[in-house]
Order: sequence, then C-alpha cells, then structure tokens
Amino acid sequence: MPSDQQRILARAAREVSAGQIVNLGIGLPTRLFHYLPPEMEVLVHSENGVLGCHPLEEGTAPDPEMIDSGGAYIATRDGASVFDSALSFAMIRRRRVDVTFMGAFEVDQQGNLANWKIPGKFSPGIGGAMELAQKVETLVVLCSHNDKHGNPKILRQCRLPLTAPRCVTRIITEKAVMEVTEAGLEVVDIAEGLDVATLRAATEADLIIDETRLGRF
Amino acid sequence: MTLLNQKPATLEAAIAEIPDGASIMVGGFGSPGTPFALLDELLAQGQRRLTLIKNDANEPDIGIGRLIRAGRVDKLITSHIGLNRIAIEEMNAGRLAVEMHPQGLLAEKIRCAGAGHYGFLTDIGLGTEVAEGRREIECDGRTWAIEPAIRADFALVHADLADAYGNLIYRGTAINFNPLMAMAADHVIAQAYRVEAPGQLVPERIHTPCAFVSRIVEVDPATSDQGRRAHAV
Repeated sequence: MPSDQQRILARAAREVSAGQIVNLGIGLPTRLFHYLPPEMEVLVHSENGVLGCHPLEEGTAPDPEMIDSGGAYIATRDGASVFDSALSFAMIRRRRVDVTFMGAFEVDQQGNLANWKIPGKFSPGIGGAMELAQKVETLVVLCSHNDKHGNPKILRQCRLPLTAPRCVTRIITEKAVMEVTEAGLEVVDIAEGLDVATLRAATEADLIIDETRLGRF
Repeated sequence: MTLLNQKPATLEAAIAEIPDGASIMVGGFGSPGTPFALLDELLAQGQRRLTLIKNDANEPDIGIGRLIRAGRVDKLITSHIGLNRIAIEEMNAGRLAVEMHPQGLLAEKIRCAGAGHYGFLTDIGLGTEVAEGRREIECDGRTWAIEPAIRADFALVHADLADAYGNLIYRGTAINFNPLMAMAADHVIAQAYRVEAPGQLVPERIHTPCAFVSRIVEVDPATSDQGRRAHAV
C-alpha cells in the first residue's frame, strides 16, 4: 500500500506533460521532482532564480551556491539557466510558467486558496506564493484531505487570509482529485477502495459527483 | 561619489562608513548570495538602530540572524522569515518591526528604485489582505495598485568575481537580489571571492557595471562564509 503522500505524488505526476515549465512549491510539492520520469523534457522553475532544477545525485558534493526556493541543494539539467529575483518573478507574471503545485491550509469550491498565514499562530510572510497563485495558468493543490485533527480542508468558503482568489485549477488529496469548475467542485477521480459517502463526509465543500464517470487512482 | 581608482578597501574600512540608523539592503536568498563577511564585520563594529532590507532573515546564528539576535535591527523589510524562529519571536514581542511584501513585489520595488523610478503599477495582491492600505488607480478600465520603489542608504552584496573598478559577476543561485540591490542603494559595498585587475573580466559577462559599486572587498571563501555549512538542507 502506498502512503497517502505517495498516492498524492504519483497522481500529481500525471498532471505534467513533456515540454512544460513547472514550479514546485515548498513542502510536499518539492518531492514531485522524484516522481517525474527522468527522461521527460520538463524544466523545473524555482523562484529564487533557476529554470531547469535537477535533484542532486546521491553521493555528489553539493555546490553551496545552488539551492532551490525550499533551501535544498540542487543541480541543474541540460538547458538550464540562472537569473536574478526580479527576472524570476517577471517569468511568473508574464505567465511563462505553465503549471505550479502548492500545498494548502484551506481551499474552497470557488478555487480560493489559503496557504500562507494563520492569524495569531503562523505568519512567517508570503514568500513567492502570491505571484505564483495569481499568475500561473494551471495551479494544482497537493494536500491532505483533512487537517491533523480530522477537520476538512476542502471548504465551501476559505476562512483564512487568501493567497489569491479564484486561482486553483485542481486539488489532489489522498482521497480524491477535484476540478474547480463554474458549477463547483467536480470529483474527477476517487481513491481506490473509498466510497462516495465516505468522501462526502470528509469534505465540507459541495462535491459534484457523476459515479458513471468517476476514475480511480 | 567614489572614484574608480579608490574602490578596493579592507573589510574594516568599508564597513566603518556605515553609521548608526542606516538603511541597508542585504543580498541573498537563504545563504547563497548573503555577504556573510560584511555582515560579521558589521556585527563586530556595533552599528545600531539599523533598518535591513533582505528577502529573508537567514537562520538565527548566521548572517543578519546574528544582527537581529544582538538587538541591532529596529526594522526588517522582507518577504519570509520562516527559517528564523528568533526573528519571529522578536517580531511577536514587538522588539523588531517587520514589513512583509510578496517576494516578487519586493524584488520589483528594489529593481524599480535601481532604475530610478518612483514606483510601478501592479495587479498582484488585489483581493487579498496584502492590498490593504495600498493606493489604487484606474487605468485603461482596470484597477491597479501603486507600489512605491524601495531604496536604501547602503547595500551589502556578495559576488563571485570582481575587478578593482567594482565590476561584479555573480554565480548560481547566489545572484538572487544582489544585482537589484547593487543599483538601488546610494553606497554599495561588495564582497567577492576574487578581485582581479581591470581588464581581466569579460565585459559581456559582467552583471553589475562598476558605476553602481562604491567599495570592493576581497574575502576568502574558506573563512568568510560560515553560513554555507550551517545552511539547512
């Protein structure tokens, strides 16, 4: 049995196509690196100023001046470039990054995302999340379906301060893959062995589910 | 004005030009690009009531983390301080004023000052709490926020290579905010691992032309950059 995180990452890898420029957010999304086929022609963008990040081979001494935005030492792949922070965000604002993967504290059925601040508890600053959320064409949220107390994270309406309004394209949790549509949150895939009633009970958002078309992952 | 032929300086002399109360831009994203040798000298010399402008707060025991810990910093303008629990405690206790900006806006505000502009118009942050308190205007039927540029009295930057006139070449992800800050401050102090004679750097490879740089200090990579080893992976 894969762990919940492995299930999310393996499913998320299917959202990336050859030829794309991809940004991986801090935390779980960074690990998606290892789920992309090594021969796939994809350039991973890191907002500290790299296009073409490559995981550091095991046993290789790190270059202290090469990190990704999460602080991990990295290498670069063929075709890579490095640049300053203003240019890195120009690339984002000009929509040259095709898809970004991010974690979430809360996400709702309008596609609103909250992933940077819990007032009174957690406010380290927003980093690069706001520009990525607002400007990247396809934003895929990777997160656990519920928080560590079991409360739903997929909501009718976000309660925490937003990273950006109406920015989310898809949500992938260990329980389901959900698409944000004009009509609401549509379940595309449901986890192997999970039934619809259990999914609904674990979710605050209203889910649109057509059982005849539901995929498994 | 610093004359071309008077830029090489010792660490001590370069940092001694900074007074109490100065606003100082500091290059770096995490450890790479942070001018650790210049910051350690600033710590040693004791300047106080500083305003620092840096992407992040480093970690508690390196770079600007040490200045914050020593109570030398009144205000920090930044985008993320999550790797420095001391900075978060100081902020929550009201001893450190922290002004947070989205990272791309922080970079652009600095770039804009370096380009000699007042500010720029953007749609980043509209509809979020970041927009609170910003002035907005209508242009061509859309709403834009006015983002004023950010300048500073001093910038401390880290380069890989320099020449004695102050031309700078950065390396890898140590570029980050350094070339932006090198244009946005009145007095720019650069540290570099090697300082060559003028003519030794390839003109097309220079990131920051010497016109923006006031002082150049050669530092030894082996002794100047303890943050490299402390950096969390």
